Amino acid sequence: MDYKAALKEINEKMNLEFSILHLSEDEVYLLASPDDFKNICLALHKLLHAPVASFFAQDARKEKGAFKIYCSFMSAKYKKWFFVVTEIPQDNPKFDSLAKEIYSASLFEREIKEMFGIEPIGNPDLRRLRLHDEIWPNDVYPLRKDFKVPELNNVSGVYCFNKVEGEGIFEIPVGPVHAGIIGPGHFRFSSVGEPIINLEIRLGFTHRGIEKFFEGKNAGDALRICECVSGDASFAHSLSYAMAIEKISGIKVLDDTRLMRAVFLELERMYNHINDIGGMAVDVGFSFPAAFASIVKENILQLNEKITGSRYLRNINCIGGITMAWDKDKTQILRDSLKKIYKDFDEIKKILLSSVSFMDRADGTGILKKKTAEDMGITGLAGRASGIAVDLRKDFPGIYGEVNFNLIKQATGDCLGRLFMRISEFEDSIKLIRQFLDKLETHRSDAPPHKSTGLTVEDRRVRDPLISGIRPQAAAQSNSDIKEGFALGYVESWRGPVLYWVKLDKAGAIERCKIVDASFLNWQGLSFCVLGDIIPDFPLCNKSFDLSYSGNDL
Amino acid sequence: MRIIKNRIRKGVVTKSIDMGFLANAEIETMGVELKKIIHERFSRSFHIREVDTGSCGACESEIIATTNPIYDIQRFGINFVASPRHADCLLVTGPVSKNMAVALKKTYEAMPEPKFVITLGNCAYDGGIFKDAYYTESGVASILPVTFHIPGCPPKPIDIIKAILTFLKKG
Ligand code: SF4
Repeated sequence: MDYKAALKEINEKMNLEFSILHLSEDEVYLLASPDDFKNICLALHKLLHAPVASFFAQDARKEKGAFKIYCSFMSAKYKKWFFVVTEIPQDNPKFDSLAKEIYSASLFEREIKEMFGIEPIGNPDLRRLRLHDEIWPNDVYPLRKDFKVPELNNVSGVYCFNKVEGEGIFEIPVGPVHAGIIGPGHFRFSSVGEPIINLEIRLGFTHRGIEKFFEGKNAGDALRICECVSGDASFAHSLSYAMAIEKISGIKVLDDTRLMRAVFLELERMYNHINDIGGMAVDVGFSFPAAFASIVKENILQLNEKITGSRYLRNINCIGGITMAWDKDKTQILRDSLKKIYKDFDEIKKILLSSVSFMDRADGTGILKKKTAEDMGITGLAGRASGIAVDLRKDFPGIYGEVNFNLIKQATGDCLGRLFMRISEFEDSIKLIRQFLDKLETHRSDAPPHKSTGLTVEDRRVRDPLISGIRPQAAAQSNSDIKEGFALGYVESWRGPVLYWVKLDKAGAIERCKIVDASFLNWQGLSFCVLGDIIPDFPLCNKSFDLSYSGNDL
Repeated sequence: MRIIKNRIRKGVVTKSIDMGFLANAEIETMGVELKKIIHERFSRSFHIREVDTGSCGACESEIIATTNPIYDIQRFGINFVASPRHADCLLVTGPVSKNMAVALKKTYEAMPEPKFVITLGNCAYDGGIFKDAYYTESGVASILPVTFHIPGCPPKPIDIIKAILTFLKKG
């Protein structure tokens, strides 16, 4: 049954009305009436067995006199992203909450309420996530188009933490400023004796207002902002955004660009995974492998710099291409370095896995069961560690479909599972990069001309200036390539999916940009997995997830 | 056992980074100078407390990198401490999200005198790339007295060490 038949079934059997608003290669937009919106979402959720991937609003009051809300689900089976869209009248900004039926929608609904003032009726928790009550007045909604920065002098709200009461229960508040060199967040543990009964995580401390900040920016210029959303996933963010713009504008990306991008994406995965493997060793006080891992991380960062000029792979992505050309030397440097990195990595792995005390700490700690993870919509590496077989590199393979790549997952969902995930993904990344390099070889400038077209790579470069060498500003100034429209960009970063839904206006400026980093949903997984464990295990669990503060807070 | 074997095989890593293309000698000479100043002025150790006020995380990552065995900033007497009460200096990153303004002030107040503030990264200077976003203050200087700034987005570990040296030399 293809997706059209499935949709028809929803339409006829359940008697739900919708029309197809927009279709692209991998996106389907269903326009529903506000009354049917919820039921269609529920039907899709059931049909696709997928959590809510993204759920956001857009202020279309000027054109339509209404807000639009979009709820999206990913389907690996149909290789499509489904969006259910509805228009909500501006004089009665309310919709039926999905949160009680689809838990993963809950955080998104809170976000919509906080940023747009559209109320999800029936959502039991409407506390704000990022605009802190102590700072920001209650009825100012930043993502509305007519938003103006308010007076902040006499705001005196309070945030209500969930209270756990009873004999012997005490609370331990931690943060926002932590002991280490790390982002800010507030953690409130309730515990009896050692075990944690409840952990509430309050974030938003690094909120900068990025989604608003995007609005009105030129499509090309905004690329640099994406790189600063979450610094350790700079490349994944810029790539996801670039993909969205390329899709909107119908820019075809050449194979060598896609290969280079894949190489960088894997390099980013590698330096972060080794960082976390080392971090987990630190958190159990095992300093030798930790120090060793930090050397490997530094080596990869220096390798990045050698190849691209940037340790964090910034400034190399542009719309439609990469700002640098590839050559033989780079391939050689990469190959040589990978060999050495692998050797060191293997040593670290052996040290860690042969240490009984380390394994004992990680094994069975911080368990997140598959069912819980599914309900919460846990994505990416953390999801795979709990047995959820979703990886965008597999489900929407692109260039990954042309190489040998297998999805890795674990079943245990504990810290050890997540550690194993990182270890195997690290090894996999090396294999992937090697395969990409082999392929790049055939695209090199001294490679024989293309079989069917007879063009050499150099010819193609001349013909298509977007292949290399164009700086994003230059690309964006010649705005003629950028078109009006909307699309979703998605990339499997080292944490998990990074989604950019972008809508451009006629002038090629951004009207709305919705970012979902894998951290957004996964923070809940962390607060859940520590329950029943003792407080000293928290740092280990935290590191095993290693979520982004800035990517969550935006 | 493996660890000991490794130690012997690797030797002192700080002196044998085969892959690094940094001038190792540079770190060393700088280090000697740095150590001397810290010995004289801070009676051996200079303690830094780091606060993130909304950075993207890359600045933190580079600060952490200065403590890895390749740069190993600790051996020159510079330490990152867990509490502001132990610190001589507050190192601040990020454009100061409105949510962090209070926490930043409180951290500063908790430090014993004499104290000073160094900012790190373009964000912390004037908001950097996030200048004029609705939820950021315009840099750390609008909240605390800032003595010195380390530019970059993010500054490399070697530049951080260099900048700290320049700053301490200046007096
Ligand atoms: S200065 Fe650059 S690297 Fe540092 S926090 Fe700001 S955006 Fe991130």
